[in-house]
Amino acid sequence: MSEHEYKPKSKVGQWFNDRLPLLTLANHLTDYPTPKNLNYWWTFGGILTFCLITQIVTGLTLAMHYIAHADMAFESVEHIMRDVNYGWLIRYIHANGASMFFLAVYIHIFRSLFYGSYKSPREIIWILGIIIYLLMMAAAFMGYVLPWGQMSFWGATVITNLFSAIPLVGEGIVTWLWGGYSVDNPTLTRFFTLHYLIPFLILGLVVLHIWALHVPGNNNPVGIDIKKPSKDTVPFHPYIVIKDGFALLMFMIVFAFFVFYSPNILGHADNYIEANPMVTPAHIVPEWYLLPFYAILRSVPDKLLGVVAMLSAILILAVLPWLDTSKIRSAVFRPLYKQFYWILVADVLILGYVGAMPAEGLYLLIARVATAYYFLHFLVILPVLGFKEKTIPIPLSITEPVLGGNPNLAMAKKKESKIE
Amino acid sequence: MSEKKTKRRDFLFTATTAVGAVGAAAVVWPMIDQMNPDASVKALASTEVDVSSVNPGNTITVLWRGKPVFIRRRTQDEIDEARSVKMEDLIHPEKDEDRAKNPEWLVMLGVCTHLGCVPLNDKGDYNGWFCPCHGSHYDTSGRIRKGPAPWNMEIPKYEFVNANTIKIG
Repeated sequence: MSEHEYKPKSKVGQWFNDRLPLLTLANHLTDYPTPKNLNYWWTFGGILTFCLITQIVTGLTLAMHYIAHADMAFESVEHIMRDVNYGWLIRYIHANGASMFFLAVYIHIFRSLFYGSYKSPREIIWILGIIIYLLMMAAAFMGYVLPWGQMSFWGATVITNLFSAIPLVGEGIVTWLWGGYSVDNPTLTRFFTLHYLIPFLILGLVVLHIWALHVPGNNNPVGIDIKKPSKDTVPFHPYIVIKDGFALLMFMIVFAFFVFYSPNILGHADNYIEANPMVTPAHIVPEWYLLPFYAILRSVPDKLLGVVAMLSAILILAVLPWLDTSKIRSAVFRPLYKQFYWILVADVLILGYVGAMPAEGLYLLIARVATAYYFLHFLVILPVLGFKEKTIPIPLSITEPVLGGNPNLAMAKKKESKIE
Repeated sequence: MSEKKTKRRDFLFTATTAVGAVGAAAVVWPMIDQMNPDASVKALASTEVDVSSVNPGNTITVLWRGKPVFIRRRTQDEIDEARSVKMEDLIHPEKDEDRAKNPEWLVMLGVCTHLGCVPLNDKGDYNGWFCPCHGSHYDTSGRIRKGPAPWNMEIPKYEFVNANTIKIG
């Protein structure tokens, strides 16, 4: 919060603000001091807000035409595509919007990993982010079930069956989730309800995420604490608003490319076949954004342990602030971490690739190695690295390396020892 | 005097919280239980199938409670193969004699016990079924032999109403 007391200029404004300080909030958001060295990797927060709003608006309009019933859902989606005015456009934006949402969230998460944005004092922001990410996966999964195609039906069957791995109560939980003895109409109607609810839960969590962000302020590429406001910061408006706006336009070009030129490239042809409980498609694959976790699930030969490994792969992120023992945030000053970071990026991409391939032979072997490395990175490499790594001295301020040309390492070291 | 008063207050707090918790649980339970199978779903408990047209070596698939049920009329080779397997070779040891009371007819849920896909007929390394989703192999008795599935395919409750009709459920 900015320190100075905000007072609206007009009498009416003052009268209103004394009763509901919305104008104070607006003033805080526009004046919010932001590190002036934020690069384009920091624009994805704004892009994600855009994605969420796009999904909510297109989702609401689709819900005006969609019918959540096992006998009519598939047909109503085709009705949207063929009969409803601009129905094809709204549906393609919604379906590809989910992929764009995940593309942006993965960049956002990997930006945090590179610049150490999850570290003290930003752990709560990070954990809220992980909860949002989990809810996004739940919403995307249930949304994919709604068209009631073959992939919808069998994806729902496979994912809900994950719960049957739980000892003793597993089968009961699955029956409870289905509302029957297989995925059927009761499953569809409840998935529709939850798919409708979750985006609004995410919206609430986004408010908390931003609130928690505004307490310590943004991390930055140098990863040091800065004084706010100071010559190291600029006000959010107009500087960051313009930069975020430009990045959003670039993002929308990519988005529009998918919507208008290859709207089905990220989907599966099998989902244009109506759900049939008698026949499983030859090759069941989840959407691309879930593939790394799917690869982890399949790389473990035991059913229960496979499910446990897959869930752990996601939940391990929540405790990341305590697994990374290094006090230095930005990878710019961590030469070893920087290399391990890129190995992790490659590892996740490899997991994604083998997740799309059949789980046999060489693919299975690669998946097992990549799964083992994923856990090794978080459970062994990160905790040890914090103690062993020789880091590069960090500058005292954002301005210093910029104005001083090449950073004077000896000077910086002296200053660093002073602050410690 | 004051000590006695505090105790009385403590009791009231505890009692109120306890009653409140019971009340909350009583309200929450219907909200949870409404998601369990309803009366109309439970009512579809049994199906009768005419199997007179099934030749040896063929399988028909029928829907029971929304799930596929395989009814296979096995050949003598398949029966011999299923009955000659040693128990210690099985992941989930079950005798074929217990799974198919009438050796010619194998009636089981066509649901892979891994994650619920429908396995394919006459496929896999054991001449039985193969699940394409995550690669589980089943033998001619529907028993899991290789792959991630933990159990044999389930045998539902069924009976022969007469020589040509099977009642499932």
